[in-house]
Amino acid sequence: MRNPLADKVVEIKPSGIRKFFDVVSEMKDAISLGVGEPDFDTPWHIRDEGIYSLEKGRTFYTSNAGLKDLKIEICNYLKRSQGIEYDYNGEVLVTVGGSEAIDMGLRAMINPGDEVLIPQPSYVSYEPCAILAGAKPVTINLKAENEFRLTAQELEDAITDKTKVLILPFPNNPTGAIMELADLEAIREVIIKHDIFVMSDEIYAELTYKGKHVSIASLPGMQERTILINGFSKAYAMTGWRLGYACGPREIIAQMTKIHQFAIMCAPTTSQYAAVEALKNGDEDVAQMRMAYNQRRRFLMNAFREMGLECFEPYGAFYVFPCIKEFGMTSDEFATRFLEEEKVAAVPGTAFGDCGEGYLRISYAYSLEKLKEAMGRLARFVEKLRAEQGK
Amino acid sequence: MREELLAIIEKNSRIDLKELAVILGVEEIDVVNELAALEAEGIICGYHTLINWEQTTIDKVTALIEVRVTPQRGQGFDSIAERIYKYPEVRSVYLISGGYDLMVILEGKTLREVSNFVSDKLSTLDTVLSTATHFILKKYKDHGTVLGSKKQDEREMITP
Repeated sequence: MRNPLADKVVEIKPSGIRKFFDVVSEMKDAISLGVGEPDFDTPWHIRDEGIYSLEKGRTFYTSNAGLKDLKIEICNYLKRSQGIEYDYNGEVLVTVGGSEAIDMGLRAMINPGDEVLIPQPSYVSYEPCAILAGAKPVTINLKAENEFRLTAQELEDAITDKTKVLILPFPNNPTGAIMELADLEAIREVIIKHDIFVMSDEIYAELTYKGKHVSIASLPGMQERTILINGFSKAYAMTGWRLGYACGPREIIAQMTKIHQFAIMCAPTTSQYAAVEALKNGDEDVAQMRMAYNQRRRFLMNAFREMGLECFEPYGAFYVFPCIKEFGMTSDEFATRFLEEEKVAAVPGTAFGDCGEGYLRISYAYSLEKLKEAMGRLARFVEKLRAEQGK
Repeated sequence: MREELLAIIEKNSRIDLKELAVILGVEEIDVVNELAALEAEGIICGYHTLINWEQTTIDKVTALIEVRVTPQRGQGFDSIAERIYKYPEVRSVYLISGGYDLMVILEGKTLREVSNFVSDKLSTLDTVLSTATHFILKKYKDHGTVLGSKKQDEREMITP
């Protein structure tokens, strides 16, 4: 029989997060700090709206680009939070999570051989999606000394005449880094000078702990060259509802909608009704969850300080990214031993790009009690390693 | 900090001061001072424990009593409310809008004890026009906390 598989797909390496999860699910008393989804339930009034839509028999498809009411609410939200105006009719596409928007966006923009710039460490989907879209992914290695922000110089150095799209993943998973207005203004000049497009993945936009998130699309001249991606998973703890969106220039959204209509038809209807409620009446819930995440973030930063573990202070998402270089082992070795000896699973930084070597991603989408227990174990482990090294 | 501090200790008054300072991002001494101020201002009125008595072997009966009263000249409902809340078995007294005036929450050891209180003490007050007593059969949720079932972390393993 001939090989049934496509080389392009087979060659994509599986996500590095998996391996640890498989072990942790088998291990008793293990604590996982690996999960990348909120520990909160979706606020009840939002769930209730989903249930109500089912009771009403709203079990049909919506239009391909999404429910009109939802598209309008998305536009209202972006207007009030970022001051950006989109036309709900043609500049918004409701997708199955932010992930679909990344895939569709790249497929709609890439010609074979185009280069896509991917700052790393970052979410693991960009590279495979770029490859599947026929692009050549080009990594930009972000640096700890810049708090893992993208600098204008780093961007300038990575651009060639083939560069078409920059993926801008902030607030960032896994580092928790954010890009503030001044950072965005600096890279904006480079982007416009070289006439490239931006795919701004702002799925963690509501989870920042130092001022409000700023979207690059709100900067002068940027809306026309940016696909803004956001969704409901992180802000409203709605991961299982699978709902996200992309907003951008009409011509790009039209092509994305075309692929979406053939591949997906439309995003889940129940979720779309629930999401309307989330955007209309969910601000207070988001504020409550943000407050809880911030408390945990402060707790972890303090725990690292007390055990003398180096970590830059992250102001976004729900991850911290401590440095483990002092122990002279790879992220993978550290994470493996930490899991085996203390039964705590954290994800090695290398799962998010080679430049994540020497770091560990710790998610704080866990209760303070769990985090406290985990930090106790981490402190003990760190002491043990230092003793082994005769420190 | 005040609002966030209150939100935390309303749910967990046993939280360690040092930890409280850490998660609020302030100094421990600031927390101590703020708590003292909140107590002095009568904003923090106590640090109670939520107990699900149904899980113990101790019998308790709780009743909600709707009380209609005649307000008194110059004092409104305050003096009659005070008269009622002085009984130690009375847990809570609220002034209510709507069909009756005071909501009295009473705790006793037995049904008889509660009904005796209502018939002997409450109903006999001059200003009390009528009472309606409702016994609580089961508490599902109290002080924002669902009693009984502890929620498990059911999140599944997923990548990325």
